[in-house]
Amino acid sequence: MKRALDLLAPLLFVAVLLGAWELAVRALKVPPYLLPAPSQILAALAANAPVLAASAWNTLKMALGALVFASAAATLVALLIAPSPLVEKAVRPVAVVLQVTPIVAIAPQVNIWAGLDHPERAVMGLAAVVAFFPIFSGALTGLNAIDPDLERLFDLYGASRWRKLLSLRLPSAAPFLLEGHKVAAGLAVIGAVVAEFVSGSGGAQGLAWRILEAANRLQTAKVFAAILILGLMGALVHAAFQALQAWALTRWRGR
Amino acid sequence: MAGALDQVEVAYGARKALGPFSLTLEPGEIVALVGPSGCGKSTALRLLAGLEQPTRGTVERLTGRGEASVVFQSPTLMPWATVAANVGLPLLLTGADPKTRDAAVATQLERVGLAAHDKAKPAQLSGGMAMRVSLARALVTHPRLLLLDEPFAALDEITRRDLAADIHRLWDEERPTIVFVTHNVEEAVYMASRVIVMTRGPGRLSSETLVDAPLPRPEGFRTTALYRGLVEAVSASLARAMAA
Repeated sequence: MKRALDLLAPLLFVAVLLGAWELAVRALKVPPYLLPAPSQILAALAANAPVLAASAWNTLKMALGALVFASAAATLVALLIAPSPLVEKAVRPVAVVLQVTPIVAIAPQVNIWAGLDHPERAVMGLAAVVAFFPIFSGALTGLNAIDPDLERLFDLYGASRWRKLLSLRLPSAAPFLLEGHKVAAGLAVIGAVVAEFVSGSGGAQGLAWRILEAANRLQTAKVFAAILILGLMGALVHAAFQALQAWALTRWRGR
Repeated sequence: MAGALDQVEVAYGARKALGPFSLTLEPGEIVALVGPSGCGKSTALRLLAGLEQPTRGTVERLTGRGEASVVFQSPTLMPWATVAANVGLPLLLTGADPKTRDAAVATQLERVGLAAHDKAKPAQLSGGMAMRVSLARALVTHPRLLLLDEPFAALDEITRRDLAADIHRLWDEERPTIVFVTHNVEEAVYMASRVIVMTRGPGRLSSETLVDAPLPRPEGFRTTALYRGLVEAVSASLARAMAA
């Protein structure tokens, strides 16, 4: 009973909000280009379902592609620099600068590198930059978060640096890597959308482009429909990675 | 000889942690190092393991890989690896082939009574079981010197007595030299053939007591007059070391 209530409460709250929204828009006769009613958004969603779904799929593909790329690059770089504190000190500031630079600032240049006829490459590259840091930071923290006594044990039996990296540091880092990937997955979706906006071309054909296109035509209901899909997609990606993390951690710990 | 410290001193920067301190280990003896916190007992142990170098003095130790093993205060197991993989770690690191490794791991798990738990992960074990896994890992290379750094500290009284009896039984099978660090005078007298009390840090030798009773000892040894007398004598010596 209590569980059912826990599940029902947020749904009920959203229903009340939507009801109030619908009533207010109708009562105050708000023009639909300014604020469409939920019913109008649903109608726009139904009318544009195929094109919105295709665009969402494009954005998701670019975000996941960026995540794969960022994951490989961040883990590799962290693995290479973790054994040496000096190299880590040398590399970290560069990574931080990369992180704090807004992607909108580097987008025009990345567009040129990617080639103006390949906007999807630019989007993927920019989203990868955003997704890189949480994985890199998690990997580096994890690779260095080893039990000092366990490391002494490896030393006692003459383990090489590489053996320690593969058999001690990397498995110790697994929980940190999982957390990093979860955060990065959410950021990759946001990064892909922002990058689509600033890459400023219809070539990528993602959700952001649909939003821009609809907004320019004052099709506000369609804008809201696209935002709704975007939100659902982000929540889905987050939930998927949350589940993956929980599953993998259970396997790692054995319970 | 299983190892020796000759007038060793260890300093961390300006802070002197140990010494001058000397200790010669005879084959097959069990030595207890007792002393106040921060007296350098664990440092002495790490010197014998080769995990630390002395600032002054010389250390003679067994240098073959796996000839000296260490058991730390906490079980120090790899949480991601199974019990069998944890016990087999020393053999993996010293390059033994997988077949030899599996057989040796099975033998050691049998010895510590955990054969049925070979596929469990450390999080699924009790504190005492995890400590026995740690012990099995230390024994898997058939060391001539076994160094135990406060192995009983985190255990309750019953588990502690079980583990003490286990260590005696395991010692009796291969007769390695054992050095163990403890805060517990009763445990030191029950377990050891020689109890060494160290002064407050930087630790030096305060007193040395021979426990003249055959090893391994039955649980009943804890009720003998010899045991009670020695516990009293070592306690008094420790009190003097603390006050000094």
